[in-house]
Amino acid sequence: MKRLDVLLRGNLRQYVMIIALVVVIIFFQIITGGILLSPLNISNIIQQNAYILILATGMLLCILTCGNIDLSVGSVAGFIGAISAVFILKMNMPVFPAILISLLIGVLIGVWHGFWIAYVGVPAFITTLAGMLIFRGLTMVILQGTSLAPFPKSYTFIAAGFIPDISNIEGINLLSILAGIIASILYILYELKDRASKKRYNFEVSSSGAFSAKIVSIVAVINAFTYALARYKGIPAVLIIVVSLVLIYSFITTKTIPGRHIYAYGGNPKAAKLSGVKTKKVLFWVYVNMGFLAALAGIIFTGRLNSATPKAGNGFELDAIASCFIGGASTTGGIGTVVGAIVGGLLMGVLNNGMSIMGVSIDWQQAIKGVVLLAAVAFDVYSKSKSWAI
Amino acid sequence: MGEYILEMRNITKEFPGVKALDNVNLRIKQAHIHAIVGENGAGKSTLMNILSGVYPYGTYEGDIIVQGEICRFKDIKESEAKGITIIHQELALIPTLSIAENVFLGNEQTGKGLIIDWHKTRQKAIEMLKKVGLNENINTRVMDLGMGKQQLVEIIKALAKDVKILILDEPTAALNDEDSKNLLKLLIELKNQGITCIIISHKINEVVEVADEITILRDGTTVETLCRDIDDFSEDRIIKGMVGRELTSRFPERNRNIGEVCFEVLNWNVYDPKDNTKQVIKNVSIYARRGEVVGIAGLMGSGRTEFAMSVFGKAYGKNISGTIRKDGKEIIMHDESDAIANGIAYATEDRKSAGLILIDDIKRNIVLPCLPKVSKRFVVNENEEIKIGEEYRKKLKIKSSSVLQKTGELSGGNQQKVVFSKWIFSEPDVLLLDEPTRGIDVGAKYEIYCIINELAEKGKTIIMISSELPEILGMCDRIYVMNEGRIVGELTAEEASQEKIMQCIMRSNKEVM
Repeated sequence: MKRLDVLLRGNLRQYVMIIALVVVIIFFQIITGGILLSPLNISNIIQQNAYILILATGMLLCILTCGNIDLSVGSVAGFIGAISAVFILKMNMPVFPAILISLLIGVLIGVWHGFWIAYVGVPAFITTLAGMLIFRGLTMVILQGTSLAPFPKSYTFIAAGFIPDISNIEGINLLSILAGIIASILYILYELKDRASKKRYNFEVSSSGAFSAKIVSIVAVINAFTYALARYKGIPAVLIIVVSLVLIYSFITTKTIPGRHIYAYGGNPKAAKLSGVKTKKVLFWVYVNMGFLAALAGIIFTGRLNSATPKAGNGFELDAIASCFIGGASTTGGIGTVVGAIVGGLLMGVLNNGMSIMGVSIDWQQAIKGVVLLAAVAFDVYSKSKSWAI
Repeated sequence: MGEYILEMRNITKEFPGVKALDNVNLRIKQAHIHAIVGENGAGKSTLMNILSGVYPYGTYEGDIIVQGEICRFKDIKESEAKGITIIHQELALIPTLSIAENVFLGNEQTGKGLIIDWHKTRQKAIEMLKKVGLNENINTRVMDLGMGKQQLVEIIKALAKDVKILILDEPTAALNDEDSKNLLKLLIELKNQGITCIIISHKINEVVEVADEITILRDGTTVETLCRDIDDFSEDRIIKGMVGRELTSRFPERNRNIGEVCFEVLNWNVYDPKDNTKQVIKNVSIYARRGEVVGIAGLMGSGRTEFAMSVFGKAYGKNISGTIRKDGKEIIMHDESDAIANGIAYATEDRKSAGLILIDDIKRNIVLPCLPKVSKRFVVNENEEIKIGEEYRKKLKIKSSSVLQKTGELSGGNQQKVVFSKWIFSEPDVLLLDEPTRGIDVGAKYEIYCIINELAEKGKTIIMISSELPEILGMCDRIYVMNEGRIVGELTAEEASQEKIMQCIMRSNKEVM
């Protein structure tokens, strides 16, 4: 019982946010008369929010390193979208190499930021504020103030396309159902392996009842989700990207040495350095990674819009930062998870989507999101101050 | 009634699950220096927090009586209004403000309304500075003062509020010997001016020197109050009261098994990273053998920490030159991870801000310097990590609920044990220990000494920096004396004494002049 207590205290915020997400979903599901979770709308929510989720993943790593944030991601995303448009529409480059080069440019932008932040010591806030201005300006320069459109189908596919089905059954997508089943099996195998390994070390494991209940409920959620997708057009291409990124980054942050170094650096840079963590390297690579993810988000957003515009990506950085903090990241660094940031991003995405269906205007949506952010962080501060008193 | 300025009667304070104070009684006489001693966790700070209103009335049981009147403080302001001021171990000064501004912070000398009267402020500040003998310009920023002078500024700040009862929590913990002496002198002077002082201290020799009464707390209860000239006022007597048993020896015995020279630093020169012209370490050469505990004694600011850190993978300093040899072979280290890979460990003097990641749990802290040992390729095996954490938790007797407890929640002694676990886990051959027992109570100190001895017996080379001379004398086989960035003496355990060490320092000071 004690361990549950310790576990809950550490992750309380994240559980609360998951519960909040479920509550918000149920609320809008009822209020919109079932439109929110309709197969069409689920695909919509995914495609609408993919780029924010991708940015939030990268942003979380920045925030983990002592609460540094990257203000430039919106501008960088817009810039990369514009560059890829110039490559494809003006220079007639084939789509695949154009995307590859655009992503590489994103990485170089990350190197640029990382260099100033990690090796010169310019505060991240300033460096990325400068980056925000630089790349917004450059976006306008290369687009010469106009929009570039339309893109070839192969470009927009990543953002708006669906993975083609393997059979032709009317009204149901077999691949999606199959993906659900495979994901369930992989998940069950992972859990069993983890449990076996814990037993090998003679650690306490949860009772087999609780264990099966957890597995059954998660498998049910996975399959309900893929079934809903199956009833529309199947698996959105962008979902594959988002899910893989979440899995990869969760794995890196929680299970690998570089991940540990990021958390250690965020928890106490001095102590991390004296424990042999190459702190400058950590900071540098976090920003290189952010550049890459910002570029990816830029290509996806441009593909979804099917046009590269000078204003693309405006304010993305704030949504990404808000996702992380709603999802339990600490403003001083060292605390936060990728899954938390994704939950935070989804919470905002569902709020947006639900309010849009209800016909709430964009202005109000913005204001309500602000209140949610404040409430989430205030709750965190409050619960922490209570736990310190004990 | 009149005899006691302050009485705390039957104070009981409970935190969820723990009784921090159980029926504690404290009586303090007017214009006396009253010391409160006890091990960490004995309840000293809790008691003082109740007295100063940090824990408001209603959260504890019992009465506080100040000058015959029962007081129910709701917050610090109310206790300050009664003339009770507490100076915490972590000073509450604003480093970027001047001495004068700090002294009157929250107590600004106003002219009309909310406007600060700077003439009055300066004039009063100069007056106060003279009173305590602080010879500094009142416009100096606090960040430019040494720790000793900062401590004085805190005291002046309290005096400016018309303090009657001054509480000092570990006032000399961060001070060198000379500053400590001056501070203690000042306390006696304040006493003569009629101010009552309560000091909490681990340094029992100082307590014996200045206190009129000593109250000993143990496990949240008052053990006894000793009065000068009536009771036995010796250090041994007090320690016995604190730990509840006779400590036959403050330093455990070790089977000396000293081997070959393992670690050598030759002609080591280091410059200040912020000031290229300032040489911090000047041509230092030392060596240490396997199984040997080598001490580096010296005053604060003598360059000991800078030396150790620069040796540990250039963690400090610029333009470092010199040679480091391990087992006769020269090793070159570019950063801390190189040092760890070469079997060198450095346990910092500043556990909280540089030794541990306080928001992380015990196990994560222990494996951090040596993650590859619990990993396959890049993937950390968390189960292995817990197992190792548990192993060290048992071996070093780290008092905690589990290895999942955050290190920030542990007491100083237990935090230090986590630091030791972490470096033992990295399997070093050479351990640089910087102030390994600072801020740790007597019982835990003994345990840390045992760990050091065990490491030495296993053939590790230990280089220990300490400001506490008895500790250096009690633990080390050989002692280097450092002053102004130079080695000014080398003494064997047999010939070393406090006087000899001080003589080395004094002699070198004369030479420099």
